[in-house]
Amino acid sequence: MTTMQRLLQLPVNAVNIVKTVQSQVQGQEEDKSPVLTPDNAQHSWYSALQPDELRHLRSGGSGGGGGGGDHEERAPLEDGSGGGSFQSQPLRHDDLKEMLDSNKDSLKLEAMKRIVAMIARGKNASDLFPAVVKNVACKNIEVKKLVYVYLVRYAEEQQDLALLSISTFQRGLKDPNQLIRASALRVLSSIRVTIIVPIMMLAIKEAASDMSPYVRKTAAHAIPKLYSLDPEQKDQLIEVIEKLLADKTTLVAGSVVMAFEEVCPERIDLIHKNYRKLCNLLIDVEEWGQVVIINMLTRYARTQFLNPNMNESLLEEGSGGDKTFYGSDEDEDDDEEEKDKKEEAHAMAKRKPYVMDPDHRLLLRNTKPLLQSRNAAVVMAVAQLYFHLAPKAEVGVIAKALVRLLRSHSEVQYVVLQNVATMTIKRRGMFEPYLKSFYIRSTDPTQIKVLKLEVLTNLANETNISTILREFQTYIKSMDKDFVAATIQAIGRCATNIGEVRDTCLNGLVQLLSNRDELVVAESVVVIKKLLQMQPEKHSDIIKHMAKLTDNIQVPMARASILWLIGEYCEHVPKIAPDVLRKMAKSFTNEEDIVKLQIINLAAKLYLTNSKQTKLLTQYVLNLAKYDQNYDIRDRARFIRQLIVPTEKSGALSKYAKKLFLALKPAPVLESPFKDRDHFQLGSLSHLLNAKAGGYQELPDWPEAAPDPSVRNVEVFTLLERVTTLTSVPEWTKCSSREKRKEKKVEKPFYSDSEGESGPTESADSESDSASGSESGSGSEESGSGSESEESEEGSESEEEEEEEDEDEKDKKKKKKQELKKPVQESESEQSSEEERKHQRKMKQCKSDTESESEEEDSESESSHSESEDSESEVEVKKKKKAAESKPPSKPVKKESKKEKKEMSLLDLDDFEPTPSPQVTPVNTFLSNSLVTDLEGLSLSDAVLSPATIAPSSALKSYELLHRITGEGLSVEYCFSRQPFSPDANMVAVQMQFTNNATSETKNLHMEDVKLQSGMRVKEFPEIELLPAGETATAVMGIDFCDSTQAANFQLCTHTRKFFVSIQPPVGELMRPVFLTENEFKKEQGQLMGMNEITEKLTLDVKCRNEHAIVQRVTTAANLSRVPCGSDKECRFAGRTVNSSSLVLVTVATKEEGAAQLTVNCEKMVIGTMLVKDILLALTQ
Amino acid sequence: MIHSLFLINHTGDIILEKHWKSVIGRSVCDYFFEAKEKAVDPEDVPPVLQTPHHYLISIYKGKLFFLSVIQTEVPPLFVIEFLHRVADTIQDYFGECSEGVIKDNVVTVYELLEEMLDNGFPLATESNVLKEMIRPPTILRSVVNTLTGTPVFAEIQGVIEACVRLTGMPDLTLSFMNPRLLDDVSFHPCVRFKRWESEHVLSFIPPDGNFTLMNYHSRGHPVYVKQSISFFETGPSGRLDITIGPKQTMGKTVESLKVTIHMPKTVLNANLTASQGNYTYDLATKVLVWDIGKLNTQKLPNLRGSLSTQVGAPKPEDNPTLNIDLKIQQMAISGLKVSRLDMYGEKYKPFKGVKYLTKAGKFQVRT
Repeated sequence: MTTMQRLLQLPVNAVNIVKTVQSQVQGQEEDKSPVLTPDNAQHSWYSALQPDELRHLRSGGSGGGGGGGDHEERAPLEDGSGGGSFQSQPLRHDDLKEMLDSNKDSLKLEAMKRIVAMIARGKNASDLFPAVVKNVACKNIEVKKLVYVYLVRYAEEQQDLALLSISTFQRGLKDPNQLIRASALRVLSSIRVTIIVPIMMLAIKEAASDMSPYVRKTAAHAIPKLYSLDPEQKDQLIEVIEKLLADKTTLVAGSVVMAFEEVCPERIDLIHKNYRKLCNLLIDVEEWGQVVIINMLTRYARTQFLNPNMNESLLEEGSGGDKTFYGSDEDEDDDEEEKDKKEEAHAMAKRKPYVMDPDHRLLLRNTKPLLQSRNAAVVMAVAQLYFHLAPKAEVGVIAKALVRLLRSHSEVQYVVLQNVATMTIKRRGMFEPYLKSFYIRSTDPTQIKVLKLEVLTNLANETNISTILREFQTYIKSMDKDFVAATIQAIGRCATNIGEVRDTCLNGLVQLLSNRDELVVAESVVVIKKLLQMQPEKHSDIIKHMAKLTDNIQVPMARASILWLIGEYCEHVPKIAPDVLRKMAKSFTNEEDIVKLQIINLAAKLYLTNSKQTKLLTQYVLNLAKYDQNYDIRDRARFIRQLIVPTEKSGALSKYAKKLFLALKPAPVLESPFKDRDHFQLGSLSHLLNAKAGGYQELPDWPEAAPDPSVRNVEVFTLLERVTTLTSVPEWTKCSSREKRKEKKVEKPFYSDSEGESGPTESADSESDSASGSESGSGSEESGSGSESEESEEGSESEEEEEEEDEDEKDKKKKKKQELKKPVQESESEQSSEEERKHQRKMKQCKSDTESESEEEDSESESSHSESEDSESEVEVKKKKKAAESKPPSKPVKKESKKEKKEMSLLDLDDFEPTPSPQVTPVNTFLSNSLVTDLEGLSLSDAVLSPATIAPSSALKSYELLHRITGEGLSVEYCFSRQPFSPDANMVAVQMQFTNNATSETKNLHMEDVKLQSGMRVKEFPEIELLPAGETATAVMGIDFCDSTQAANFQLCTHTRKFFVSIQPPVGELMRPVFLTENEFKKEQGQLMGMNEITEKLTLDVKCRNEHAIVQRVTTAANLSRVPCGSDKECRFAGRTVNSSSLVLVTVATKEEGAAQLTVNCEKMVIGTMLVKDILLALTQ
Repeated sequence: MIHSLFLINHTGDIILEKHWKSVIGRSVCDYFFEAKEKAVDPEDVPPVLQTPHHYLISIYKGKLFFLSVIQTEVPPLFVIEFLHRVADTIQDYFGECSEGVIKDNVVTVYELLEEMLDNGFPLATESNVLKEMIRPPTILRSVVNTLTGTPVFAEIQGVIEACVRLTGMPDLTLSFMNPRLLDDVSFHPCVRFKRWESEHVLSFIPPDGNFTLMNYHSRGHPVYVKQSISFFETGPSGRLDITIGPKQTMGKTVESLKVTIHMPKTVLNANLTASQGNYTYDLATKVLVWDIGKLNTQKLPNLRGSLSTQVGAPKPEDNPTLNIDLKIQQMAISGLKVSRLDMYGEKYKPFKGVKYLTKAGKFQVRT
């Protein structure tokens, strides 16, 4: 009993508390309630008590038993019938409040679920706000989520209370977990309370520079929320938008462009610097972002580029060849105007032949693959982009994709067909091959049918009209009468547009006049009327036929049409017309208004042409009309009487009555309702409605002259950090103060898609894609082939130069050359590689200066002499191969050339004033083997030539690829040369050494059947044609491991055998050194905290307790460069992963007695963990 | 972008509402109800409606209307695609998208909507991402071909539906024996476009669970129909004779063959004999259904007999269309064959399987 009591206590308590309040209002009613009668007495006395007293009462009652029983019975009674509808609501709420106040999460959760369910059903739950808001700090994540949901819904209504929750979110904004930070910002920015605007602003600003792209994305989402809450913040928000637009992650791109569109769509200038990046990222942005970006870029392109159809459209107009049907009338109207325009444009065209801006091309090229997106909105966005921006010859590609969308949901079809209808008017040819896709199915909803009909009509021309008409004929049999009516209209339009079939159509329509369905007949009459107006004289028998119809046809519009026809062409049917009027006069009073009006018209016209026969009839009709109920009709009758019946009073006008009534009326033009809709951006809501929707951004007209394209050039970021990676000399910084200064301006690479956090489905090949895109974006596309030939020339030249010329002369010559080249830098990229080499030499020089300071490091960072010889020979081979290649450069080559171009500017630092070059490339490069060897020949000084500088580190570890025994005499070893792989910067260079231990020669050594993990790529080594017995050969291949330690499997083939081999890289080889200053290092490290940081404690190996040893071991384990450091207790190293250029930062902090702490910061957590293991191993053994 | 969403059942009750910006009163739906009243069929309700202050964009799915309220310019397809995504997500979570299911899971649906949109802009719409955040309630990979077409115009619309339950980041490559068959394709965003263009293989890192990997388009149709339906000018009767035979089925049996004919209103009754299967004629709806089952290639199924029409009524002017339903197991009518599926990036061996199926979509035969 007592336990039961306790169980019941809670609800009973709640019930009673409420009761005390309610009973005051409602007491009397309840007294009368028949259900409550048994308890009546008791109820009334305790309900008057205060809750405090009640508690006493209850405890007493539970002891007494009887009283307790009463309570037990009461509870259900109150809940059920007793309380009634009036009570149940507040009752339950109190119940919920209690649950929310309890300590049990499960109860809270249950309560919150019920509350959210109420919200979802649209019921008011605002009175629970105080109870809910208390739980905002609840630990249980499920409860918390629901509390957030509630807050966002009701905060606006309960502003004061909502403020209580703010501190929780502010705390959340500082949480180490990115998801919590993001969700705190999301909720905070969704609370529409004006007082917190400054807090929101602050939070958004902070989040915009958060290290997590997800948080930055949330910040972008928050911008429009704040803007709608307080538009005064616009200027500050634009600053944030500007900052986020520069973000290079795909995750942020879509959201920030959305914010841009909502807050400051007019600030098109903010896009310039980000244009190329957006184009290149596009394919990896999530689909909704793609739609927004594409639509925005369409507008952007319209303001920045020239009309690609400028010349074409002129030609077209000039010859008058491909005019649209509907355009003919207007053409005549503003003929002169057009002529002027034409001449002007012609002149312009002559002045300046159209060349598409490479950025314009970039946009078209990068959006095209998205036509294959599964998302109809993306396909539509690309389609409209092509429609508005592409040269006429290229627009066709979108047709197929749009036709594909017709197989999607009917809503999608509806929107797509509207857009196709508009497109077919301008570019009919594009959809003609897909004519049959627009055939109508009987199951299509009417609105789809009508739209398809519209498209079919627009597509009709002389060649396909017979097919279309046959198709139309089947439609006329449809049971859907609205659709049949639309079909008849369509036939009429085809007939007016295509002269050849006018008679056929007319005959067909006349046949329909005998159709059983009146609606069909009526619609036919209306259409025939329009057709006849074009050539009435030929068709008097049709008019006669129609006159007969007046007996049967009842549809007012059709009757009116017939009467108008007869009146208009009464000369052609002189006998019938008066008779028709007679019949009509008889039925006048029963006709509809529009018919009455036409009867009056008919009477007037007949009176004027044939007054003898019809005078009395006309009088009669006019008299009837005089007393009609409709004032329009009365008006008309009065007016006409004055006009046609000559009286003394009648004014001057009656003389002209004949002219007025019998004037030749122009034939109506049957126009598509979709004509001229394309001034709205296709795919937009405004286009669909054919009316400007709120917030619609007009699609601007093409500019007359292209604005400066250089605004899209992105600032150079010096190559300094890149080239310096060549050497791991920490003292580098001392070299040149000038360079140091420059270094501060260094911008982060734009195109590197290195974040890695941009979503699980990010395609692995995207990075290389975007990189290659960026290079073409930089404007040298067209000149690609040119630069190639340049290159080979250059190559031979440099070889000649090698021995003959003395350095100084060469130096001069080069300077000269460079000066010459400057104006054409954009197109001649390869040349610059030379400068780069030169520069490298400089650095080497620089290094040799510092050699004395740390010999050890030198030996580590440079390649050994013997190896350089190898690489030289291999370079020879490569050169030969290059010469043999007559084809234009492949992508990797181009890419490289860009890089080199950039690096040239570095050279300028020393020799000239810096010239900014417009290119920016993300990838770290340093000189490849081949370049290094080339350098030897081009050397400026003996110092550079000194073998020591090029000697690779002896520490390079060799791995066995093929054992002598398994290879039947052929043994292969490979090592990671740590040289950049010149054909493709994303690849790791693998140097292979083939030794023929057999007694016979081996021929045709090459690789085949490469099996790779997806995303990985291999650049094969050039075939070794002959390897004599006992000889050794070397070759270099490049592998893009995609920053993974997956093995690359392939077959090594000789002329006789094939061997399966595989190369697996240690994680330390997947990176390349990068130069950072101490400050930069700290800054970068600060951004790679949390999950991106891995720390391990270790005890250093006995032999490894000095700085030198540590540096040596770490750099052996991983291809990193040392970062200068003030403290001697710490060694720092930095590098970037080869493929994605993610920073890898390593810190080894030493303590007493060999204790040390290793810290690795890397965005790619997998690489980080693996690297920690490897370095740990290296340092402890 | 999207301001509010109302889920409305076919009788016009609002079963769920969600607002992403300020709250918009239910009365905005009245414009929609008005349009719905006018429409004969739910499908006929215009997807885009204009009201004095808002725009309403709706879809009809699972006997439910998903009605979104828009205030400013937005690509209509953007909203429509999103609404379908919402419906698909509900379907994915609860097995079906219906009024009952939504009512039973109203809180989860509400939470899902909260995650899917932020301030009216899509945030997380991939079902695998959503499932990380909101808990929902089998390994199968199938290639389903649906087929549509009339003798006037035939096309095959195919989908490759995938169900992937693989841990880690497996990188899959799916190649076909005859990729050239594919006329026009569209992909899930995880598929690498470039790779398809250059090598005609599907290379992708799949999301977890069920998803549509690819849609494609091809040509051809699996059965032929010889039919004649005629009504006599005089006398209250007509004749019907339909034979169905296989065509390019590559020896596979055509199953679940069913012919549906919507007869003209004047047809009172049908007196027919079927050489195979059963037929029923619904007097009220005037629908003739001939359920054939498996197609017997030795003796082609035939349905013939007389139709009695209303006395005195004129001869129906249009002949009815035949809707044909069929299934072919283990065959994709497009002839598309999966050659192999390779997995990279993970060490374990996955279970692989492929199922081909051909289904008639909108197969109509005009008579």
